[in-house]
Amino acid sequence: MNNYFTSTIFRKILAALSGLFLTFFLLGHLAGNLQLFISGVEGQTQFNKYALFMTTNPVVKLLSILTYASILLHVVLTLYLAFKSRQARPIGYAVSSGNSNSSWSSNNMAILGTFLLLFIIVHMRSFWYEMHFGEMPYQYLDDGTKIKDLYLITTSAFNNPLYTLFYILSMIALALHLKHGVGSAVQTIGLKLPNYEKPLKYIAESVALIIPATFASIPIYLYIKNL
Amino acid sequence: MTDLQLTLNIWRQRSSSESGKFESYEVDNLNTHMSFLEMLDVLNENLVEENKEPVAFDHDCREGICGMCSMVINGRPHGPMKGTTTCQLHMRHFKNGDTITIEPWRAKAFPVVKDLVVDRSSFDRIIQSGGYVSVNTGSAPDGNAIPIPKSIAEEAFDAAACIGCGACVASCKNASASLFVSAKISQLSLLPQGQPEKNERVKKMVAQMDEEGFGHCTNTGACQAECPKEISVDYIRKMNVDYNLSNIKG
Amino acid sequence: MILDSKVPEGPLESKWTNYKSSVPLVSPANKRRIEVIVVGTGLAGASAAASMAEMGYKVKSFCFQDSPRRAHSIAAQGGINAAKNYQNDGDSVYRLFYDTIKGGDYRSREANVYRLAEVSASIIDQCVAQGVPFAREYGGTLDNRSFGGVQVSRTFYARGQTGQQLLLGAYSALSRQISKGNITMYNRHEMVDIVKIDGKARGVIVRNLLTGEFSRHFGHAVVLATGGYGNVYYLSTNAMGSNVTAAWKAYKQGAAFSNPCFTQIHPTCIPVSGDYQSKLTLMSESLRNDGRIWVPKNKGDNRKPSQIPEDERDYYLERRYPAFGNLVPRDVASRAAKERCDEGFGVGDTGLAVYLDFEDAIKRLGKETVSARYGNLFAMYDKITGDDPYTTPMRIFPAVHYTMGGLWVDYDLMTTVPGLYAIGECNFSDHGANRLGASALMQGLADGYFVLPYTIGKYLSEDIRTEPMDTAHEAFDTAEKKALERTKILLQNNGSRSVESFHRDLGKIVWDYCGMSRNQKSLNEAILSIQSLREEFWKHVKVPGDDKTYNPELDKAGRVADFFELGELMMRDALEREESCGGHFREEYQTQEGEALRDDENYTFASTWEFKGIDKPPTLHKEDLNFETVAPTQRSYK
Repeated sequence: MNNYFTSTIFRKILAALSGLFLTFFLLGHLAGNLQLFISGVEGQTQFNKYALFMTTNPVVKLLSILTYASILLHVVLTLYLAFKSRQARPIGYAVSSGNSNSSWSSNNMAILGTFLLLFIIVHMRSFWYEMHFGEMPYQYLDDGTKIKDLYLITTSAFNNPLYTLFYILSMIALALHLKHGVGSAVQTIGLKLPNYEKPLKYIAESVALIIPATFASIPIYLYIKNL
Repeated sequence: MTDLQLTLNIWRQRSSSESGKFESYEVDNLNTHMSFLEMLDVLNENLVEENKEPVAFDHDCREGICGMCSMVINGRPHGPMKGTTTCQLHMRHFKNGDTITIEPWRAKAFPVVKDLVVDRSSFDRIIQSGGYVSVNTGSAPDGNAIPIPKSIAEEAFDAAACIGCGACVASCKNASASLFVSAKISQLSLLPQGQPEKNERVKKMVAQMDEEGFGHCTNTGACQAECPKEISVDYIRKMNVDYNLSNIKG
Repeated sequence: MILDSKVPEGPLESKWTNYKSSVPLVSPANKRRIEVIVVGTGLAGASAAASMAEMGYKVKSFCFQDSPRRAHSIAAQGGINAAKNYQNDGDSVYRLFYDTIKGGDYRSREANVYRLAEVSASIIDQCVAQGVPFAREYGGTLDNRSFGGVQVSRTFYARGQTGQQLLLGAYSALSRQISKGNITMYNRHEMVDIVKIDGKARGVIVRNLLTGEFSRHFGHAVVLATGGYGNVYYLSTNAMGSNVTAAWKAYKQGAAFSNPCFTQIHPTCIPVSGDYQSKLTLMSESLRNDGRIWVPKNKGDNRKPSQIPEDERDYYLERRYPAFGNLVPRDVASRAAKERCDEGFGVGDTGLAVYLDFEDAIKRLGKETVSARYGNLFAMYDKITGDDPYTTPMRIFPAVHYTMGGLWVDYDLMTTVPGLYAIGECNFSDHGANRLGASALMQGLADGYFVLPYTIGKYLSEDIRTEPMDTAHEAFDTAEKKALERTKILLQNNGSRSVESFHRDLGKIVWDYCGMSRNQKSLNEAILSIQSLREEFWKHVKVPGDDKTYNPELDKAGRVADFFELGELMMRDALEREESCGGHFREEYQTQEGEALRDDENYTFASTWEFKGIDKPPTLHKEDLNFETVAPTQRSYK
């Protein structure tokens, strides 16, 4: 019996689409983070205003709900897939083929993903939770208004070398996760432009490298700046 | 020709209902000209002479086309050489004193029958679910009635080269049969003869694949790397598209 | 025993048409009640089972492999002939018929061969419709190549894997009927006996190879499509499992066996490299389209082939047969290679090899074109030998490949046992004393798709009132007991030698005495050697394990036991035929140039043997071959 919605291929499509959506989310998130490179009061002001906008704008709120949903879907689906895979091979091999026939990252997506989930929890505790429920310091603007000073929270968080290191390691995990994930998602949804096959592959691989590298460059910059 | 002495770690299992374990064998009357299966023949003859039961393994044509031979050699289906079935793997690729571990294909959908022999009838059932063109004998038009562009014929052939050995399943960390199923679907969906049943075929064959208990495809590409006929994972992409479109169209 | 070939009256070209329009039919309602057993799922078996199931018969199919798709037809490389004349090179049904009769050295039945040529075109249409990816021209039409023994291009191909693609087509048709419930498929089951009731074939006893269980199956008719017996030679291009057992059981139940000594030795195989060798690998005949065969002009020339200058090379086929050159038929090419090697011109470690050289082809066509045509064969050669054919010539030597002999069948493809049919390589019908390249696939599919489904109706139409019989019938009892008994004897035998070692010894005898050339003295000796080896086998064979789990040694033991008996019959057949024809070369009968010397006056017949008991000599019956259309002449390819 054909049941599209419970088929392995449909589940993979959902995992791929949610993964791709999260990749686009990362691009947006990264654009915001880049403001941390602006130094001084100017940078502080711009970043805090941006943070305020991101927590109050209704469109952004809608998008954030989509993002949470995607994360949830992606996690639940891929864990289910990992579970099903285990079922599909009840007795494993005594000798592993290692990575002779496939890349390390493609074989360790579940581990990488779990690590990233851990990172998301820590990351949200540090910033999202503080922003919404924590006792936040305030920045007083020239016009007398005050806004929550996420800039201070962020820059001081990256004074901590361990915290910075954890962030960097997480970005390495992200790079490896995206390295397989983006290309795999493109293959799963079946995208192919025959004459642009190679460029497409390079774009997918560049995205996987550039996003996490740029993310990681910010805490490194902040840490070095505060030395 | 160089003489060869090997230690073999082989999975022994009397039947599907009993549990199995590895047994170790020393074989010394070997040489580098032998094929891997001829090496096992020597082991088996030694075992018969010692009044022990030989190792059961599947094999038939011994020229790389019937798809019967199936064993995982040091973690690699059909051994370390690219584009090669076990029967065409020669011992010159091994060194004197090597220890070789030999295991059966491992997948829920390929239960072990005995030692290194597994039951691959799940593949037959996938074909039975729709891997054909419904044309009765005698009702075919002239062979040249429908011209087929050479490039399409070649692409269909690349898919049709599949020998149904199951190395794709054996190599996949998810024990997915996607490469086999997609190659079979693509051969027919590419050719004009396969068009009338294209949508139904992909739905039925994917459903059967799922029902047999094969895992999901996570695009590791191990199947393509281990496939003795080097069939491309692009057919899996094609299958995904065909499957989604056929379901969206209803 | 009377051999009635039942060839229809009338002129050759209208026999089949008339037959089809006058043959009695079975109504659809009756077909549903009629059960047919098909043993074997190669090209002939799969296509027959599928076609009969499509027509409405209830079919049971059996194969010993783990899937019907693995039957040895899958290994055929080069192609399939058909009289389509797509190349506009003068081909016709008559020319294909004529080439096949001549190629078979005038030892086949005209009417059968003509019918084969007639239906050949429909096979291509059928396979294309199934989705078989034949090679095509840029314009989208089907491509052809030429093969040995003919001067037209009529061979359709799918790279070097034609057999595989055709079998997958037949297998897909079979699978479709399995899913519809019209065929019940039994994988990993071996037929161990035919059951006869009131003189008619009424069923089979099969053994489940995985559990050892015997089971009984009734059929209104039984069709054997169990392939050839080349493995009697131990080393051959056949699959390891290919065997004579089903055909042999039929023989012992009264089906006559024809021309057992007509075996085809294929000229282009990878040479033997050692005692441990289990099988020989064919290099497709298509290679002779562009490859040139040669040996050094000087005996024992040990130089590398590249260092031997052009004028010191002997392109012996081009020298001896200028009209056909490297594309002479297989028997001629094989004997010529043997002759050169016997004279001491052979190359390689063993001196039992000749060169097949692509240097000129690469110069003429470019490496790319050569690779497009033969790339997969070159890769296969490289894998097995470790040599690269692009840079150094292949070394090749003849090897056993196909058996023209088999169960005697009439025009309906029925054996001398009523209700028992034999199709494909399993029967003796169409190839005479030598088969032309790319004709085996043609015959298998012709029998299965287009001949048997018609002819079997003639027999079954008289059987519509027969109700399915209870398999508790004593005939089934007796047959099963006999099979069980034999299994017990093999397992309980307290011997010390492996089945393999016996098979190897038997193969050596058959190859040495009934291989590329034969003579009276050695054939007489060989009969005695085989008899004593067979005795030794039953005394000293060791079969480990039991019959409750999968036991390949036990399966093999049963097959080798039958090979012993067959081997002896082959020797008798070769001894009796005091002429040379096709693959059968008696040293006493050759022309001054060393070509085969036929004796049409005394040997224009199919030697057909009737079983008389295991220790009694079989009786020879002769089916006279009447050549009404083609006058036999000395076969010349010069």
